[in-house]
Amino acid sequence: MDEARREIAKQATLAARESYGKLIAILASRTRDIAAAEDALADAFAAAIAQWPQAGVPTNPIGWLLTVARRSAGHALARRQTADRSATMVQMLADERRDSDADSFGDDRLKLMFVCAHPAIAVDAQAPLMLQTVLGLDAGRIAASFLVAPASMGQRLVRAKRRIRDAGIAFVIPEPAEIPERLSAVLSAIYAAYGAAWDDVAGADVRLAGLADEAIWLARLTVQLAPDQPEARGLLALMLHCEARRGARRGPDGSFIPLRDQDVALWSRTLIKEAEAALRTASRAGAPGRFQTEAAIQSLHAQQRMTGERLYVPLTKLYDVLAKFAPTTGVLVARAVALAESGDVNAALSQLEEAPGAETYQPWWAARARILWLNGQEAAASEAAARAAGLSSDPGIRRFLLAQGYRGDAHR
Amino acid sequence: MQYMLLFNETPEEQGKRNDPAQAEAYWGGWTAYMGALAQSGVMVSGNGLQPPEVTTTLRVENGARHVVDGPFADTKEMLGGYVILEAPDLDAALDWAARAPCVTAGSVEIRPVLPPPAA
Repeated sequence: MDEARREIAKQATLAARESYGKLIAILASRTRDIAAAEDALADAFAAAIAQWPQAGVPTNPIGWLLTVARRSAGHALARRQTADRSATMVQMLADERRDSDADSFGDDRLKLMFVCAHPAIAVDAQAPLMLQTVLGLDAGRIAASFLVAPASMGQRLVRAKRRIRDAGIAFVIPEPAEIPERLSAVLSAIYAAYGAAWDDVAGADVRLAGLADEAIWLARLTVQLAPDQPEARGLLALMLHCEARRGARRGPDGSFIPLRDQDVALWSRTLIKEAEAALRTASRAGAPGRFQTEAAIQSLHAQQRMTGERLYVPLTKLYDVLAKFAPTTGVLVARAVALAESGDVNAALSQLEEAPGAETYQPWWAARARILWLNGQEAAASEAAARAAGLSSDPGIRRFLLAQGYRGDAHR
Repeated sequence: MQYMLLFNETPEEQGKRNDPAQAEAYWGGWTAYMGALAQSGVMVSGNGLQPPEVTTTLRVENGARHVVDGPFADTKEMLGGYVILEAPDLDAALDWAARAPCVTAGSVEIRPVLPPPAA
């Protein structure tokens, strides 16, 4: 009974998610006014909630919502610009006629995503904007996931929307030559949404608070809308590999279990298979990139654990490739650890020293602890582990570090 | 800009201080956190506080002093300590608040410190 109700609620959520971004994209594509489109769509959803239970769900719900939203937007615009009232109404009716064929509206969500990740939009607003406009998530939830005060997240979103409208950022697919770079911004924003779910939320069940599901949904959508882009598939493969290990990352008491100690029987074979298939399809395009490389690294990690084969040398090579595509502190830190695991501890330490901006970066200190332990420098390793523990926002990881978990199999 | 982080703990969380089974993990977490604050150079000052049982509250009303044991009222969370830190903005202060051990067993309140009055 409860199960059935939950299933219906889930389907309703999925249906709303499926149509929300489409409708925002259609409504805002000509006016470039996302805020107005959101208001109009909110009116339309309110009307649907009031009318559908009595009148029944219309045969073309999306068309119905679009018509009501357009009228609402038209009225709002006409109220603001009394002089142009008739012109506005004429435009609105023309738009409505054009949409009257239910199947004629294409999917403008990819255009909307390109707008959200446009270089003119502040980088820290891109992922939140995408989550809000494409998925319809509320600002409070987005703010919590990115660990930002709700008021500042609200401002960030308002500013970004104003910029799109005032700068006239066009709802178009970029020129073919520009696509790789512009798509990379879209994918980075999706990955940021996924990363927020992994890193910043404390507790054992990240799914409850984080946006992992939503981010994976966006990655799938991007693959569906841009099937010829290998990097989109690479990102999906990367996220699916991480997602496959979710059930193995935590003990029953919320304790943290590092990759090398995870019970691989708890990994999702379905997700791993899907990830591998996505990565294979991507690699056929012969255009490697950051996300395909990251997915390949995760694929090797999975293989290493499942077969017991030591693959640290090829892993180090892949990290070198990744560091060329994306020399971020996170990548440089992970590369140093892989190098240390492969046996070259001194080179690993000097690589770690060169990673910029590490002062308050928790993974840097955790990596330093692991590398120093591999080198038998017990006291310095403990110190680094304590610093990493102090910078952890996750109780499970804090406990793991204080219990010298990264000492692991080093020099037993 | 300076922010004060007020660390509120549930009674169960504060009870770990004197529970032999949990005291080590409790103090280990706080020592690591305060250490990271100090070593990162953001901490201006800060202290842990003793529990409500040893707290005394004074009020003067209509010339009469009222001295009572404990804090004002029973609350679900008790002030367990505070730090004042230097952070460029609220987001950075939030990052530090999220690392406090009590954030999953209580809460952290983040208050901007009033700047000193202009001379």
